[in-house]
Order: sequence, then C-alpha cells, then structure tokens
Amino acid sequence: MSDLASQVLKGDPRSIARLITLAENNNPEFSKSMKKIHPHSGKAHVIGITGVMGSGKSTLIGELAIEYRKQGKTVGIIAIDPTSPFTGGALLGDRVRMMELATDDGVFIRSMGTRGMLGGLTSAVYDVVEILDASGKDVILVETVGVGQAEVDVIKIADTTLVVLVPGLGDSIQTFKAGIMEIADLYIVNKADRSGVNQTLAELESLIDISCSKDDRRIPILTTIAKEHKGTEEVIKAINDHKNFLKETNAFEKKRRNRYEAELVEIIRKRLMNFIFDESTFKEKIEKLLDKISKKQLDPYTAADEILGKILK
Amino acid sequence: MEQKIRVLIAKPGLDGHDRGAKIVARALRDAGMEVIYTGLHQTAEMIVEAAVQEDVDVIGLSLLSGAHMTLFTDVTRLLKQKNMQDILVVGGGIIPEDDVPVLKKAGISGVFGPGTQVETIVDFILKNVKK
Repeated sequence: MSDLASQVLKGDPRSIARLITLAENNNPEFSKSMKKIHPHSGKAHVIGITGVMGSGKSTLIGELAIEYRKQGKTVGIIAIDPTSPFTGGALLGDRVRMMELATDDGVFIRSMGTRGMLGGLTSAVYDVVEILDASGKDVILVETVGVGQAEVDVIKIADTTLVVLVPGLGDSIQTFKAGIMEIADLYIVNKADRSGVNQTLAELESLIDISCSKDDRRIPILTTIAKEHKGTEEVIKAINDHKNFLKETNAFEKKRRNRYEAELVEIIRKRLMNFIFDESTFKEKIEKLLDKISKKQLDPYTAADEILGKILK
Repeated sequence: MEQKIRVLIAKPGLDGHDRGAKIVARALRDAGMEVIYTGLHQTAEMIVEAAVQEDVDVIGLSLLSGAHMTLFTDVTRLLKQKNMQDILVVGGGIIPEDDVPVLKKAGISGVFGPGTQVETIVDFILKNVKK
C-alpha cells in the first residue's frame, strides 16, 4: 500500500488511478497511503468550476486544460456527475467533451459519481485533489455536478471558483438570490454568441455594483464561446490574477486551511457513518424503528437517540 | 468498503451509430454501475488511456461498421502490452457469428449482437468481472 503512494509521488498514472479508487471505496488501508501523500501536496492551484447543467462546464474545462498545456503546465481534472439515489449507478459523461486531451500524458482526467453527497461534490474529492496535487499536477480543475442554486461546497476545495452562466437564465432577481451567486471569484458567461448576452452581462454588473465586492476586489466577468475556443486565454489570465491577489492578501494560506477543515470534517463524518451503519443488524433495527414511527408509537428524535446511544453515552 | 463496478463504454472507429452504446450505458447505470461514457471516434490508445485513468473494471466496445476484427483486437492487444488483462472486455455491434470465436480468443470475453437483452449483458458483467 505504501508502495502505491511512492508510485503516486512519481506521477505513475495507474497508481494514481488505483489510489483514487481506494479513496472512493472507503478502503480501510487507504489512510496509510494518505499519510505519505499529505507532506507532498499543497503546491497545485485548485480551480473549481460550477454552474447550471448544460452551461458548458466540461467544454470550458477541456479548453482551459488545452491552454494550460500550451503554457507547459500539467493538469488534473476531476469531473463529477450525479449518482442515482435510486440505483447507486451513474453515467459519467464529461470525458466526451475533453477528447482532445485523451492521450496527453500531462493530463489526468478522473470522472466521479456524487455517491450520495448533495453539495455538488463527492465525498472523496478532497482525497483526489491531494493525490493529484502530490503526483505533481500544477493545476487541478474540479468540475461540480450541474448545480441549482444552493450547491456551494466547491468553495471549500477551490483556491479560485468560477461560476459559469449562460445568457437567458432569468431576470435580475435570480442574480440577487443567495447561494451560488455568492461564491464566484470569477464569473464566466459562456455561449456568449447567444442572444440575451448583453442583458446577462448588465445584470451581473449591477449585482457586483450593489453587493460590496468582497475584499475590495471587483469580481471580473468574462465571456467565452468555449466550443469555438474563444475567450479561454483571458479566463486563464483572470485566474492567475486571482491567484496573485490571494498571495498578496495572504488569503492563500487561509484557503488551504479551509480545505483541510472541510476534509477533516468529511473524514470524521465518513467514519462516524461507517461506525453507525456497518453493523450487520442495522437495517433490521431501523426497519423496526420505522414501523414504530409509522404507527406513531415513537417519534423520529427518540428513534435517533436509540441508534446513536452507543456514541452519545 | 463500498465497491462499485466501473465500466468504460467507448465507440472505436468511424461509425456514428451510438444508440446501442447509449442503451447499454443506461442499463448498466440502472444496474448500479458507474459508467464512463467516452463517446464516438475513439482510438485504441484513447480507450486504454481512459481505462487507466478511470481505473475501470470493464471496457464495453460498440462498433457497427464492420471493423471490429481490427479495432476491438487493437484494444485488447494494447491492454496486454500494458499488463492490464484484469479488465473484462466486452463488445457489441453487427458481428458475424464466424468472427465471435476469433474475438473471444483475442480477449473480447463477451460478444453481443443485435437483439441481445440488456439483462444478458448486465448478468455477464456481474458474473465475469475480475476485480
């Protein structure tokens, strides 16, 4: 197992892939490898890309990766798609938009299912960022699932967060709502050849005018037509500007600290859940409680106390 | 431990008929597997590289142009070169019966022609996945 970690540190793709699988499967041996990985991570610039379904995130990421490769940087891509809450299966289709990168050994793409997580990411994503970082990737692009309004977990992991919008998503009230519109370090209006682009840009400008721009930095708005390779160079320039801004304001360290906090909380959550749910009798126990709750003989809070008794004691 | 079967579905070659691949992808998804769909016009190198990065247990190839003897076996040859024979390879499409034994010998463990029930493919994968 520790051998696997050494291979990952050398950048071996198969070892990287295998270690990611162990992370996803919650393999008990996995944490030993992470002990070896952790001292070597923290160098990569992690960029989160979020936005509604169909806004062109995958295509944009493909284009950004091509641009980074031109600049001689190595790239890790984590592309997350939803896992079915009904069957546990998933269709991970983001690679379709990244074909040009398929045989470039400076690029490592991993598709992941959400596996029950709701914030737009997946539980093992923190581990995967660490693994890709320690394997020597300069830039890590994390693509969230297509989000609605409230899936904002990406800021816990990203140094720079891009919110991708498309023209014609709704009126100005939409831009004033809480949630996803609060997390951008950079707004990208993709598919900018569509009608309504000027209105979208104007609404974003007025949003930025009214809200105090955070840390006195005015959030830039960029337009792209990712499919036609337009605008991506400028996006990378804006990402780099943000990186410099983080460094100048000492916010970079704070971002790292926040990521480790989120990771730590997630590890604890996972272990607690395993502790509670791994019992072979759990399903049976919960069915009995559900019977009682349905028949109004028991309330859900008391039932939870019963299940958690062994921890809370 | 919560292991999931990961399957790469790819269309090597030049034909654009991806309906079969999509139906199979959907069926495997509904069977609880994680399906990585890579789309059309994949070369053997692209497919194997994706299989490495995605650490898949299964590769499903779909081809309707008749080039399966060359393109399917390109994939298995490359897998062998990279010492990745622990991946189960299955193929589907318009494949004459005479070709099936040859493909199986070349490492395409399951070959599924038109009219195959998706359940048959799901069962085959569940029974034969190696990891």
